[in-house]
Amino acid sequence: MAYLKYSNVGISALSAAVPKRIIDNFTYTSFFSAETAKEISEKTGIKERRFVDDSTCASDLCFAAAEKLLVDVHVDRSEIDLLIFISQTPDFRMPATSIVLQDRLGLPKSAVAFDVNLGCSGFLYGMSITYSLMQQSNFRKALLLDGETRSRVYSAKDRQVAFLFGDGGVAALIEKDENFGESHFSLNSDGSRHSLIKINAGGYRMPSSCETVKEKVVDEYGNIRSEEHGYMDGGDVFNFLIREVPKDIDSILRTTGHTLADFDYFVFHQANAFMNGYLVKKLKLDSAKVPMSIEKFGNTSSVSIPLTIATQLRDKLKDRKRVFLSGFGVGLSWASAIVNFQDCQISDLVEV
Amino acid sequence: MEQELFNGLKEALEIEDREIKLTDNFRQFKEWDSLGQLTVIAMLDERFQVAIETKQLNKLNTVGDLLNEIKTQSK
Repeated sequence: MAYLKYSNVGISALSAAVPKRIIDNFTYTSFFSAETAKEISEKTGIKERRFVDDSTCASDLCFAAAEKLLVDVHVDRSEIDLLIFISQTPDFRMPATSIVLQDRLGLPKSAVAFDVNLGCSGFLYGMSITYSLMQQSNFRKALLLDGETRSRVYSAKDRQVAFLFGDGGVAALIEKDENFGESHFSLNSDGSRHSLIKINAGGYRMPSSCETVKEKVVDEYGNIRSEEHGYMDGGDVFNFLIREVPKDIDSILRTTGHTLADFDYFVFHQANAFMNGYLVKKLKLDSAKVPMSIEKFGNTSSVSIPLTIATQLRDKLKDRKRVFLSGFGVGLSWASAIVNFQDCQISDLVEV
Repeated sequence: MEQELFNGLKEALEIEDREIKLTDNFRQFKEWDSLGQLTVIAMLDERFQVAIETKQLNKLNTVGDLLNEIKTQSK
């Protein structure tokens, strides 16, 4: 198994940004009845989401979050040696958005900058990659940016996905400090299921064309989308995750000698309230230790874990806290992490 | 096992106004939709420790078909 361990590195500050435009799921009825909207919203636990306008990208949300963080904690920008941007909704196919952000944020040209293309498991992968590079003795500070504009990915006429996804961006400052102690990560992939959550067109396997933008009825329920839209086989994703996620959690606990009682909080990817309710039940967790932000922001893919921490655990990470993280989805890719927080400075939520 | 499945389906799909029969076509249930499918998947995992993939599920129509699939997988 891909199991990774790091010492004395962690998230010292965190900031999140969301679009100011609120989508009320109960009145999101351009293509579906109010009854359908109500039913889906209640079952998924998603009441509201935030949508960007046509000119705002994931990078803009991350930029706003990063600016807020850099000012709030008085970071000397010349000390940032590493910038990673996690997203599946980048600005361009090339160059990497992280490099554009290096300049926008006024970071030194000597900084390492690159993008990571991962979804719901992405923030945990990003943490692990950053922690790994921070083992370099001369690396001082790293900025881990994670942003998604999933509102621009899915068809509003496909009821499987129309009510689920939202937009957001976060910035995490990662530093070395003995207070962080040990962190543990388990990272996993299953490419045989890559078609379960996918956008077919727009890459080089199926370049965009007049054909790929045509909307079509795709199933017996009358859902409509094009090859440029994301789709999801919710049933099979769920079938897979309810087996593999608990297995991976069990595996990292056994490897590290921890038990579920050792954790102050469990932050799960916010896919829908149903999936999280299932995990809480299966693992017999105290739901007071499982913060949720799905009600306000929907599923923001890789952003959902840090967005939940930034909005729900804001004043709760001052003293040392041991937190279990679990991210799972598109890939399929899934990850578990055991990390410590101490004196984590969380900025006010930024609205863009 | 039959009664266990009836109870499971009623609970998962929140069916309160009627009994379920083996000959019922569950796709025709007004409670059956993509979210209903998720709750049924969770129920099958919890009560029977089986996972029926979408491709296989699409071939099943009646509650009896579902019961046979559970029996096949449980062997």
